Amino acid sequence: MENNIYLDHAATTPIDPRVYEAMQPYFTEKFGNPSSIYQTGQIARNAIERARLEVANILGALPDEIIFVAGGTESDNLAILGVARANQHKGKHIITSKIEHHAVLHPCEQLQREGFEVTYIPVEKNGIVDPEKVKDAMRDDTILVSIMYANNEVGTIQPIAKIGRTCKKRGIPFHTDACQASGALPLNVDKLHIDLMTINGSKMYGPKGVGALYIRKGTPIKPIMFGGEQEKKLRPGTENVPGIIGFTKALQLAEESREKESARLTDLRDYMIKEILTRVPRTELNGDPIQRLPNNVNVSVLEIEGEALLLRLDMKGISASSGSACTSGSLDPSHVILALGKTHFVAHGSIRFSLGKSTTKKDIDYVLEVLPKIVDDLRAISPIIV
Amino acid sequence: MNDDKNTNQDGSGWAYSDKVKEHFFDPKNLLKEDPSVYKADGVGYVGSPACGDMMKMWIKVDPITDTIAECKWRTFGCASAIASTSVLSEMVTENGGMEIDKALRIRPQDIVDRLSGLPDRKIHCSVLGDKALRAALNDYFRKSKQEHRIIKDEAKVVCRCLDVTDHDIEDAVLEGKLTYEEVQQKTKCGTACGACKPRVAKLIEQYKLQYFGE
Repeated sequence: MENNIYLDHAATTPIDPRVYEAMQPYFTEKFGNPSSIYQTGQIARNAIERARLEVANILGALPDEIIFVAGGTESDNLAILGVARANQHKGKHIITSKIEHHAVLHPCEQLQREGFEVTYIPVEKNGIVDPEKVKDAMRDDTILVSIMYANNEVGTIQPIAKIGRTCKKRGIPFHTDACQASGALPLNVDKLHIDLMTINGSKMYGPKGVGALYIRKGTPIKPIMFGGEQEKKLRPGTENVPGIIGFTKALQLAEESREKESARLTDLRDYMIKEILTRVPRTELNGDPIQRLPNNVNVSVLEIEGEALLLRLDMKGISASSGSACTSGSLDPSHVILALGKTHFVAHGSIRFSLGKSTTKKDIDYVLEVLPKIVDDLRAISPIIV
Repeated sequence: MNDDKNTNQDGSGWAYSDKVKEHFFDPKNLLKEDPSVYKADGVGYVGSPACGDMMKMWIKVDPITDTIAECKWRTFGCASAIASTSVLSEMVTENGGMEIDKALRIRPQDIVDRLSGLPDRKIHCSVLGDKALRAALNDYFRKSKQEHRIIKDEAKVVCRCLDVTDHDIEDAVLEGKLTYEEVQQKTKCGTACGACKPRVAKLIEQYKLQYFGE
């Protein structure tokens, strides 16, 4: 392929070579089971406990408030199912938003089937949850609030510190899915008033299938899997030692470069959004122009369908993603774009470019060069502008 | 099938056949001129932008041989929808044009076979093509005073309590609802008196066979 421009970092990222290097010994010579009492086991045990301390330091938390899990989806499930089931004697009402990831929405739907009641807070046109609406939805029987830190599709950053403060006053556990936030936004759990936070490795140049759930001391939670004493019984099963080491290294590196890299990406993002909206007629931005992840560009191209656009871009060596129904596995387009109050038609034409460490201005200029022609070609096929 | 994959926001992937790619990247019989200038004998328009697929087809007919002389189209939809329309237009116009009676018998499965297959969840994208063709032919029948040939495809109510039609059942199957329970959840059929269950179950089997060959 002539070009290979990867603009789907919100889907996943390549592993940073330094992360890869840190992981390697734990596949081979340091292969022990952390539960074993002999030295080989204790080497692995010490490594994951050092990692736990490191993660805790970055979050401003205590080491025993960190549970290593197998990725973001598992973490969201544990937080939501675990807290809801542990607190059901107090009430059965949960608050979340309409733009959460399915890893949050589907466990909530499961809880509804188990007799819980869930309030899905709508978002404003810019894709941001109004904290007042969350506050108004709180009831005496509310036992969990879960609002994402930053949205994976449209990149909107949610006012979680405000929501967290209200939850704290009311004594309601507050979970945030921060899978897209690490490396872009500060993660201090006290400043953000968070009781539970989900983070994962694969969006920040770490390995896939590993993440962490922060659980504030004293938060009642029940396991969702059974079979071992590991991770305070909340995540039984032999620890994924190389994964945990890689995840931790990735989080450390992401935190070190966060401010500088965010500033660089914000400039590129704003340039790309401005130029797409100028160069390609009949396009609109999805989400908020400012309260937005530094790496997220999401626009709808009217009259064409996202999957068709993705494949044409792929032919030019550009990888991106779409909220069109045709890419979702169902017949419904992105629930996030629809939650912004946009029509199915607009949602079908949505395309997301998510920038990353390797992205340069030259890459963006290449996309800006080929995109108008691809859109013209697809519009010529479309009957809507007849 | 080859190994090209696309990443989606939900992390799933799929692979398209080379034939699909050929028709998607180089669509055949696309209507390039202004539709108001193109003199069609019949025009068909199906789908809606809300459901993500929309297709317009313009045909010219040779009245002597009763064959399709030209079949032009435009499609709003994904690669499967675009490729399906393109390949259909090729099928009905090759070898001097297909007889209308034969064209009316084209099933979505024929289009899918000709594309060397489509991923299961994309089958519904191939359905619009033969619907658009039938709509264009009906339009031609109407304009050429052959009303007796018009194919009526009126929906028949299957579940009287909830007013669910055979078309609703067909749509549910195309969405991948392949069991009675799934179709019921989607359409609410049979949730009142339940008398329609045997008929609905039979329709599900029929559409499964028609679209998925199982």
